[in-house]
Amino acid sequence: MNRIQNKLQEDKKLLSIYFTAGYPSLNDTVTIIQDLEKSGVDMIEIGLPFSDPLADGPTIQASSNQALKNGMTSEVLFNQLKDIRKTVNIPLIIMGYFNPILQYGVEAFCKKCQEVGIDGLIIPDLPVDVYHDEYKTTFETYGLINVFLITPQTSDARINFIDSVSNGFIYMVSSASVTGSQSGFGDENTAYFKRIADMNLKNPQIIGFGISDSKTFTQATQFAKGAIIGSAFIKFLSEHPIDKISKFVTSIR
Amino acid sequence: MNYNVNEKGYYGVFGGAFIPEMLYPNVEELRQKYLDVMAEPDFKKEFNQLLKDYVGRPSPLYFAKRLSKKYNTKIYLKREDLNHTGAHKINNTIGQILMAKRLGKTRIIAETGAGQHGVATATVCALMGLECIVYMGEIDIARQAPNVARMKMLGAKVVPALSGSRTLKDATNEAIRDWINNPVNTHYIIGSAIGPHPYPDMVTRFQSVISEEIKWQLKEQEGRENPDYVVACIGGGSNAAGTYYHFLHEPDVKIIAVEAAGLGVNSGESAATSVLGKEGIIHGCKTLLMQTSDGQITEPYSISAGLDYPGVGPMHAHLAKTGRAEFMAITDDEAMTAGLELCQLEGIIPAIESSHALAIFEQRTFKPEEIVVVSLSGRGDKDLDTYIKYFKL
Ligand SMILES: Cc1ncc(COP(=O)(O)O)c(C=O)c1O
Repeated sequence: MNRIQNKLQEDKKLLSIYFTAGYPSLNDTVTIIQDLEKSGVDMIEIGLPFSDPLADGPTIQASSNQALKNGMTSEVLFNQLKDIRKTVNIPLIIMGYFNPILQYGVEAFCKKCQEVGIDGLIIPDLPVDVYHDEYKTTFETYGLINVFLITPQTSDARINFIDSVSNGFIYMVSSASVTGSQSGFGDENTAYFKRIADMNLKNPQIIGFGISDSKTFTQATQFAKGAIIGSAFIKFLSEHPIDKISKFVTSIR
Repeated sequence: MNYNVNEKGYYGVFGGAFIPEMLYPNVEELRQKYLDVMAEPDFKKEFNQLLKDYVGRPSPLYFAKRLSKKYNTKIYLKREDLNHTGAHKINNTIGQILMAKRLGKTRIIAETGAGQHGVATATVCALMGLECIVYMGEIDIARQAPNVARMKMLGAKVVPALSGSRTLKDATNEAIRDWINNPVNTHYIIGSAIGPHPYPDMVTRFQSVISEEIKWQLKEQEGRENPDYVVACIGGGSNAAGTYYHFLHEPDVKIIAVEAAGLGVNSGESAATSVLGKEGIIHGCKTLLMQTSDGQITEPYSISAGLDYPGVGPMHAHLAKTGRAEFMAITDDEAMTAGLELCQLEGIIPAIESSHALAIFEQRTFKPEEIVVVSLSGRGDKDLDTYIKYFKL
């Protein structure tokens, strides 16, 4: 069984952290992953930076730009990760836009993921329909779980389709927005969280976008299996040295 | 060979809708409804009426006598520069604003490069009383100042795009992010034949009035509907798509697509996508795209803001790949010279984008009896600053 599926079976709420590979410095990737695991994080999304991140707000745009300036590429990332499974056990997911993966070659990319021990992918601009028709078997060949997003505007029929194509978790975007633009959840958000929870989907849900502190983490995980923090962690990294990572994690739970 | 979009939204291998899930409901609603809405008699009536009484169509097909004499061939100019707001862009914004109203949208967003699409969008929003927000790269705001002022006078809010190369690509990113943040009340009026399906096809259909008119106008003047060549400049490719549309499946009509070479195709400062681009994904569609070997989108360059885009519409990528269209690349200098020549031979100041299409006559010979129709996509008023600096006027 895949590490993601195992983790989802644990009887706890999951804290997942996103960071941009190659930020703040090119070679921080492995240290950040190790420190996040040591601090008790359950799962990590490693952001593969892209020049034109359509679904991201200013914080992740800036970290992506910096990472690219630092020299991050798919090849560099795979090299940095080649021994990661000697020290890290929690699930690792690569989150990136489709074009860099397409240029690397989808199959070559998946193969490399399997070699270094990546468990899954999140590709926001690879629609579920295209994945289903063109890439599903490739992902499965290399033991990768693909994670799809849903939003407050996603219809029930489409959620059910996404649920049927998924075999890990569903990434619930907390509200209609790009990353990082939320400050706290209101009634509208919780109504949506509840609506999805009540659908009793086959795949558990993890909520992301706009989770920034222990309050929003607790709110989100009241309705979902876990929550993902991205922009708030990047912001922390921009203001603190990376050896303070555990301080950030313990502030969440 | 079919050059139109297929039912899955592709032109050969290009096109599709590579969009984040957040955009799916809006794009899907548009996909399901656009053809039906465009086929409604009411819609057609309103669209045609506005094109006639408000835009001033049909635009003339003008036989450029002195230009023809100089190059010893028959050159016709399709005068999109005479449209209200000064370019072909308004054909599409009229269509899309009527579409937006039928979809019940109350807030309009757009991206713009040269500012022509921004002005055309601000114009139709004023006409319909809808809120209008235009994203424009910071660099373009500086080099197309008159159009920024026009948009403001028309009541639009102009928001500078500060990321990346701060030109058209980045303005488009910002518009897409706005749409993600405002998924219910907002319609995104894309300004070229780019973006996720159904945008390239919808924009092409709204612009296809250009070639529809060329056919009957040429019949009137020359006794035949089909020219030997149709020529247009390509940024994203909307004036080109409209100019080619009714000739795509006429094998005796040759198609020439003109891209901006900037300082030279191999200078590192260019926007000649068909030469420099590889298959990739930009703004929701698979097309030819200027990018690094690692799949990062590279920053294009052209003196003309409207051609300063690292991709081309998927239809044009297909025309390039299948060889249906011949692609030519024109440098800044060649375009500027051709622009000045049109002023002096015909008394028409063209947009710098359109000047690229005019520059092919220095590169390529046509037979005396051949008819070459060139899309004069816009007028040069917006470019006066650039012309002044370039020619030290
Ligand atoms: C006058 C003119 N021509 C051409 C273009 C290029 O756009 P497209 O390739 O979509 O026709 C622009 C874009 O701003 C323009 O203003």
